[in-house]
Amino acid sequence: MGRITLDKVTKSFGATEVIPPLDLTIEDGEFAVFVGPSGCGKSTLLRLIAGLEDVTSGTIRIDGEDATMVPPAKRGLAMVFQSYALYPHMSVRKNIAFPLRMAKMAQDEIDRRVQGAASVLNLTDYLDRRPGQLSGGQRQRVAIGRAIVREPAAFLFDEPLSNLDAALRVGMRLEISELHKRLATTMIYVTHDQVEAMTMADKIVVLRAGHIEQVGSPLELYREPRNLFVAGFIGSPKMNFIEGAEAAKHGAHTIGIRPEHIAVSESEGAWSGRVGVSEHLGSDTFFHIHDTGLAETITVRADGEVGFRHGDRIHLTPRDDVVHKFDAKGLRIA
Amino acid sequence: MARAVTSRRKTINTALAWGVGLIIFFPILWTILTSFKTEGDAITYPPKFLFFDWTLENYSIVQDRSDYMRYLWNSVIIAGGSTLLGIIIAVPAAWSMAFVPSKRTKDILMWMLSTKMLPAVGVLYPIYLMFIKLGLLDTRIGLVIVLMLINLPIIVWMLYTYFKEIPGEILEAARMDGASLKEEILYVLTPMAIPGIASTILLNVILAWNEAFWTLNLTAAKAGPLTAFIASYSSPEGLFYAKLSAASTMAIAPILILGWFSQKQLVRGLTFGAVK
Repeated sequence: MGRITLDKVTKSFGATEVIPPLDLTIEDGEFAVFVGPSGCGKSTLLRLIAGLEDVTSGTIRIDGEDATMVPPAKRGLAMVFQSYALYPHMSVRKNIAFPLRMAKMAQDEIDRRVQGAASVLNLTDYLDRRPGQLSGGQRQRVAIGRAIVREPAAFLFDEPLSNLDAALRVGMRLEISELHKRLATTMIYVTHDQVEAMTMADKIVVLRAGHIEQVGSPLELYREPRNLFVAGFIGSPKMNFIEGAEAAKHGAHTIGIRPEHIAVSESEGAWSGRVGVSEHLGSDTFFHIHDTGLAETITVRADGEVGFRHGDRIHLTPRDDVVHKFDAKGLRIA
Repeated sequence: MARAVTSRRKTINTALAWGVGLIIFFPILWTILTSFKTEGDAITYPPKFLFFDWTLENYSIVQDRSDYMRYLWNSVIIAGGSTLLGIIIAVPAAWSMAFVPSKRTKDILMWMLSTKMLPAVGVLYPIYLMFIKLGLLDTRIGLVIVLMLINLPIIVWMLYTYFKEIPGEILEAARMDGASLKEEILYVLTPMAIPGIASTILLNVILAWNEAFWTLNLTAAKAGPLTAFIASYSSPEGLFYAKLSAASTMAIAPILILGWFSQKQLVRGLTFGAVK
């Protein structure tokens, strides 16, 4: 079981308050992702839950029990670090067995669990190697192995994929999601990458300057961002924001339209502009349109087959049913 | 052509390095050579370099006149004991400074090092009086304590530098894995710092072995190490250079051999982090 509740938790380093009072509940078995730009306090929040940092005030509960003052080892949580943090002087086998050894578990039980974790993570052939002899992806798997053998109440991941190259990152992302489905254990995952957040999470927690901007499922955040910050942060390419007369037509201070919700045409449309840079991904093409009189650049996501050239004048038509409206304070208008 | 210049420069550099090395080594070489001369050859002018009557008589006289093994044993106990005690105290100290630093950590480190800048003779009198009161004068345990205290700042500094190189996340991982503070230091930190700890031990054994000021001033007959053994041959009734040289050679031989065999470790330890 791993239900984690934060109740008015704050954290200050000296006079600087990095986490203002914050309430959050992560349900048992949930995959929660903390996402936000760097310096938003997401890693600090994870370290508070882990017990590696002490809260300044407030309460952390794990399965209803007050864990605020419980040392990290006794919280029943396992953590996977960005740098893997493997023990370089120990073999893979000893690395994975370490938490069990610390728990004074019987040797045959340790062996059984290490074998189990190694076969789940395809590490059986590497058990007698040192971390220095493994690739980045294998090291990350050892770090995950060290976490799963303990059968923790929850897993904490601190940007675990940011040291891997792009191809491996996608692979490991799927492996971690697969692991979550199989173990059905609570996972809290910190990342600055909104793609990781969208693809993996049951629940996304968007943070800015220690504040929670919005909590919801990936699609809730995509469809109904609560404010301009969340609207701009979730979704790739970024949502287009338009102010002024065009926004006033919708009775809003600012309107937001996602690049995939704008149709392009050579001959007719609501707006017109000149094609700037085109990014061809094969399946899709992103056009950056200038001189629309609406905003400096309007980004449009079109089919990969559409071929406009730099400087072409084209026409755009937004889908009216998915226009996001925001007031002068940047808050969503229902 | 560039290649020719490089190789000439290489030759010059090599010659220079050998020159500097020989200048540094020459006094030791001269001491060793003199130890095989007769007293007459030792003071003759112009000095004889290699062509003299080689003799071992100085060694047998020195061996007859004083108990070399007793001094050697004292040196081993004092150098080894003070280093071991220093390490036991310095490991937790360096751990706390490297991994849970406070606002004052840098100041404490500087303050500790500043004690090394104090002329030792400045505290000789109070320490001498304390030793009399505590009955530590001319005891090995007394010297172990004093040399440990003298070298502690260096031990802490060296270990602190090595520990700083160990990523904090690994220790945090150990904490998450359920290791207590003792287990964290024992199973994770110490094994990772072994090369650093080894070179710290080595350097401090050498420093303690060669330490002369305190060993000469705080010992008489019983606890004197090899430095006292050498000093006993610089007698007021006239110097016997050959015998003094034989005593010196016997005193420095063990540490010279230790240094020779561990030079790789020593150099690697001292440049740890800089050329990793």
